[in-house]
Amino acid sequence: MHAAVKEIEIPRATGLSLLARLNNNTMALGILFMLPAAIILLLFLTYPLGLGVWLGLTDTKIGRGGEFIGLENYRSLFNDSVFWLSVRTTIFYTAVASFFKFFLGLWLAVLLNQNIRFKSFMRAILLLPWIVPTTLSAIAFWWIYDSQFSIISWALVKMGLIDKYIDFLGDGWNARFSVIAANVWRGIPFVAISLLAGLQTISPSLYEAATIDGATPWQRFRFITYPLLTPIIAIVMTFSVLFTFTDFQLIYVITRGGPVNYTHLMATLSFQRAIPGGQLAEGAAIAFAMVPFLVGAILVSFFGLQRRKWQQGGKD
Amino acid sequence: MSADISKAADAVKVAPVAPEVVHSDGGMDYLVTRQTRFVTVYLPLMVFTFVLLFPFYWMTITTFKANDSLYDYEKHSPFWVTNPTLANVKKLLFDTAYPDWLWNTMLVAVSSTFIALLCSVMAAYAIERLRFKGSKWVGLSIYGAYLVPPSILFIPLATMVFKLGLFDSRWALILTYPTFLIPFCTWLLMGYFRSIPYELEECALIDGATRLQILWKIVLPLAVPGLISAGIFAFTLSWNEFIYALTFVSSSEVKTVPVGVITELVDGDVYHWGSLMAGALFGSVPVAILYSFFVEYYVAGMTGAVKE
Repeated sequence: MHAAVKEIEIPRATGLSLLARLNNNTMALGILFMLPAAIILLLFLTYPLGLGVWLGLTDTKIGRGGEFIGLENYRSLFNDSVFWLSVRTTIFYTAVASFFKFFLGLWLAVLLNQNIRFKSFMRAILLLPWIVPTTLSAIAFWWIYDSQFSIISWALVKMGLIDKYIDFLGDGWNARFSVIAANVWRGIPFVAISLLAGLQTISPSLYEAATIDGATPWQRFRFITYPLLTPIIAIVMTFSVLFTFTDFQLIYVITRGGPVNYTHLMATLSFQRAIPGGQLAEGAAIAFAMVPFLVGAILVSFFGLQRRKWQQGGKD
Repeated sequence: MSADISKAADAVKVAPVAPEVVHSDGGMDYLVTRQTRFVTVYLPLMVFTFVLLFPFYWMTITTFKANDSLYDYEKHSPFWVTNPTLANVKKLLFDTAYPDWLWNTMLVAVSSTFIALLCSVMAAYAIERLRFKGSKWVGLSIYGAYLVPPSILFIPLATMVFKLGLFDSRWALILTYPTFLIPFCTWLLMGYFRSIPYELEECALIDGATRLQILWKIVLPLAVPGLISAGIFAFTLSWNEFIYALTFVSSSEVKTVPVGVITELVDGDVYHWGSLMAGALFGSVPVAILYSFFVEYYVAGMTGAVKE
């Protein structure tokens, strides 16, 4: 009897088909499963990333391969006042827009976290600015900022607050604040809904306890909401800063970098020089110059995540 | 002394009342009067709603305004359509390549979403469940890939697209969009796969199922909400994409809606605001409709990706 069983078992153990062996080898299987994603990402993400760095070190133009020229592009950018103007504008744009997105987004999140009617409906319609294609809503802003037919100017004149139409996009600083306003408008819903998800995880009993102890609404926010929300704030704001810093669409549609380069961000300047201007190498160098700032933002996110572990009871 | 006693008595009197109010599930909201609540909650909310939705309203009414009322705020109220017309819509649909752009956008968004989902499901399963050696690092590098913005990739990608002979074709977009879709979808799906009990898989393994069968018949059916979230998100992201489409495509018949509207409806110094707004409106409506059907999945996807 025993012998019979053995005879059946042995061939099974040694004669595993290739498929069955593969099924048990997680390493081989893992590589196989990763293959489609890895091919696309390596070919169209990692390789171009390296190619971009290389392009920045050559003198490539559209329709003409370039030769290695070392840091020449960076040297000429260093003496390029338009480039420095775009760096300053980008930092200003990111700082101001992120501040308002954070402040207004957090406010909206706190409001939506109240016990209000039609809460999910409100949440749904307030997300609209974020899901609608940015270029298309940017066109609406362009029209709202029109110098002759701006509805904002018209309304303010009718209310008697100003006496002549505001030149939203013709004046340098006005244009900067106009595009910042459009960016904030688009970014608020993302910040608000993400923070709302964080707020909903905070137990109401904490607020009840604090209220009974006589805490004011501000104290409740400062000592309960804010500390418990910091991990998620760190991540949301990192994303927000990252996407604001590399913003392209809004500027391209509303001002194209004008008036006189006043609203050029690094991304739009890089596009301007590389595609219509044909200076691929210079464009790539400008794009690569954004990397140090982005790495800074990612490090902030990393430390935000660290704190999260600590708050969950793990070690620092 | 007597005052203290009466205060204490008040407290005692109040105490039994409070719990009844609490049942109306407003937490401690009963401490706030209706007037304060209006000023601190509803008024700011109304302002937020107005500001966030006004551009859409403005877009919509401009679409249906005739040219004479569009530029004359004195005779016609700017906030309402006095004599609605479909002239702008007609011009958009019959005198421009707009229908082509809509079709292209749809084609590109659907194909790249499909490719991205396929790759992401397999990658997420491998990272989260096969746990091969180094899977943790692969997971982290996927997260890193998510942080690479298209604005620093489009120049080298443009040279690649040109060399591969894909320039000015839909394939250029279908193949490059997954670069920002796969990292996002993989990251999202990893979170969903993590929530599926491992025991289910072990049972299937013991019963002799292959990994592919497990993925197809056990994990995927349980991860449907995650798949919908990732799919909706990927679709909207590709529908909204601009910089790649602007750079890799130049003939009118292969343009997507955002690029077509910006590059072809804006001609010279005279802006045809009516048809521009119509173009913006009809490019926004499909995503808005899709979104309205799947709001909950969308929110789950967004917050899930942030929280993970």
